[in-house]
Amino acid sequence: MKPKRRRLIFVIVAVTVLGAAATLVLTAFDENLVFFLTPSELAIRDVDPGRRFRLGGLVEEGSVEKVDDGIETRFRVTDLSAAVPVRYRGLLPDLFREGQGVVTEGAMGLDGVFVASNVLAKHDENYMPAEVAEALKKSGKWQGDKGRNAPDNW
Amino acid sequence: MTLSTFIHGLANPTRFLRLSDAILPWAAGLAIALIGAGLYLGLVVAPADYQQGDTVRIMFVHVPAAWMAMFTYVVIAGASVVGLVWKQPLAEIAAKSAAPIGAAFTLIALVTGSLWGKPMWGTWWVWDARLTSMLILLFLYIGYMALWQTIDDPVRGAKAAAILALVGSVNLPIIKFSVDWWNTLHQPASVVRMDGPAIHASILIPLLVMAAGFTAYFVVVLLWRIKAEVLARRIHSVRLMQAQGIIS
Repeated sequence: MKPKRRRLIFVIVAVTVLGAAATLVLTAFDENLVFFLTPSELAIRDVDPGRRFRLGGLVEEGSVEKVDDGIETRFRVTDLSAAVPVRYRGLLPDLFREGQGVVTEGAMGLDGVFVASNVLAKHDENYMPAEVAEALKKSGKWQGDKGRNAPDNW
Repeated sequence: MTLSTFIHGLANPTRFLRLSDAILPWAAGLAIALIGAGLYLGLVVAPADYQQGDTVRIMFVHVPAAWMAMFTYVVIAGASVVGLVWKQPLAEIAAKSAAPIGAAFTLIALVTGSLWGKPMWGTWWVWDARLTSMLILLFLYIGYMALWQTIDDPVRGAKAAAILALVGSVNLPIIKFSVDWWNTLHQPASVVRMDGPAIHASILIPLLVMAAGFTAYFVVVLLWRIKAEVLARRIHSVRLMQAQGIIS
């Protein structure tokens, strides 16, 4: 075998082995690489109250209410099969609204309400001018924020 | 013509310099025209996004920069394989010359992403899989350049750098698919995805023009840097011969 061919085979084998090793490591770390838990995952996992984690999902339609002091907001984060009530004091990002994807950071309170110290908005991969969005809504082809933001599409 | 003879043909530095001198003015003109047109289309002609408004225009710099950051790494990894297997100094020079360009693109993608993240997500930075793997790419570029600087012997330096580049190439699929494999704050791909682009043509076209412009810019700077490196090595060997009294 010519040395060139031997070196080529060596490089191919080495990169393949390395790729396989990386795949195994990432698979093993899978649970730790997620940025947030969805309400369904939370139901299975049983996280202790007071332990900090991130909860992600959609702001449930009709669930947002401002508490009278003007600082606290209450809403429910849903993945359309489970929902978790959330309490948050502070400024919300511009994109925050019902049906919008959010990632909240905080811990479960003893009363079963997630106390968020931070709320981030998550937007989807669709970009279009406002007129096109309007036209889609009128023609009924709009799948809505709900469908487009659904956890399956994340 | 086999792959091998093609690589050997390109590897002749004199022929390469002649070829690059022919390409350079065209590529430079193309880069200026495309980036100029892309900026006009993106900042003036393109409509605002239905939910992000004018902030979406950051995309016209952010996305091409991120693509080029990864494309440059692919070029480095490919050139490193040619350098390792076929022992072609010109491939090694190409890999070395591409690294700072890739690092700059990565930095631009990270900075513009941060500027975009604050108004839209509500944060400059999060440690999600996409952002973190992109930061690792920047560190790979920096480490790769540092390795070249550390080893004086160009033959050993090229080999060490090529091995680092190939080990780091594992990061590329992680960057690309991080948004599909794990929950991330960063949204999934909008353009390079199975069921076609999820961007309206009025926003997509400026984006693609900018991407083409960035690619032309990459070609220009890469050829310049390769040329400079080839000439620097020639000067170095002439000086060596002078010092040894072989020529005067």
